[in-house]
Amino acid sequence: MKVRVLVSFKDSVLDPQGQTVKNALHTLGYREVKDIRQGKVFEIELEGISIEEADRIIPEISDKVLANPIIEKFEYQIIE
Amino acid sequence: MKFGVVIFPGSNCDYDTYFVLKDVLDQETTFLWHKEHTLHSVDCVVLPGGFSYGDYLRSGAIAKFSPLMQEVKEFADKGGLVLGICNGFQVLLELELLPGAMLRNKNLKFLCQHVHLRTENTHTPFTNRVQKGDVLKIPIAHFDGNYFVEPEALNMIKQNDQIIFRYCEPDGQLTERANVNGSMDCIAGLMNTGGNVLGMMPHPERASETILGSEDGRIIFESIIHSL
Repeated sequence: MKVRVLVSFKDSVLDPQGQTVKNALHTLGYREVKDIRQGKVFEIELEGISIEEADRIIPEISDKVLANPIIEKFEYQIIE
Repeated sequence: MKFGVVIFPGSNCDYDTYFVLKDVLDQETTFLWHKEHTLHSVDCVVLPGGFSYGDYLRSGAIAKFSPLMQEVKEFADKGGLVLGICNGFQVLLELELLPGAMLRNKNLKFLCQHVHLRTENTHTPFTNRVQKGDVLKIPIAHFDGNYFVEPEALNMIKQNDQIIFRYCEPDGQLTERANVNGSMDCIAGLMNTGGNVLGMMPHPERASETILGSEDGRIIFESIIHSL
């Protein structure tokens, strides 16, 4: 089973890197780009467990290690 | 008094810190390797600056799982003195010994320069030799020093007098210009509610001898020695 976890800043946290990328795109003429939030993607391969167990373990891993809950949020999807 | 300086893979201020404690201040000092399960009866643990585990994932995020840090957490919970400098501060935040988190500097630049710090609380083991309001000149060197905490937590921090140092102008004024990394409330140094754990982004070990341009950092180590 393969799971993709997306970690990004909470809405209440400023993301200066995303802002800088947005400004660069504006310079290139992509005026329609309204906002960019930068994040991290983790692809996790799991073996020997059910989807229910994955639904328990992935939030646990994300909360404990992959994201810092003070500044970041996460979402995930099972992709394979 | 016995100091322990922690070494993670990627620590790079460990020897500077050791030198100041051992040779400049003449204190018994030992290195503590991150894989150890003992603190060798030290009285104060110093987490030095650097890039523990290459700053992979987030600054300080991997270091918090090392065996030695479980000992440090227990030591701190029992009231043991812990000083985290720069990356050491980031590790203390990840370990939740201190509240909040670090974001990338507001100007997205690695900042390596002398800054001025206003001492806000001197009733601590780390600042008892400093006068309240005294301005210390100590260098910073970091990418992720933009302190962030939710507003409710910040109120608690202020109520408990946990802010120890704020970035300021040479005359002690708080300005946006002096708050070089964009930290919330100009926070440069923060203590836990128990008063035994301090995290600070500036490097006092780089400002402990006149030849290095400032010896204002030494007073922090001298305060620790004086407190025991």
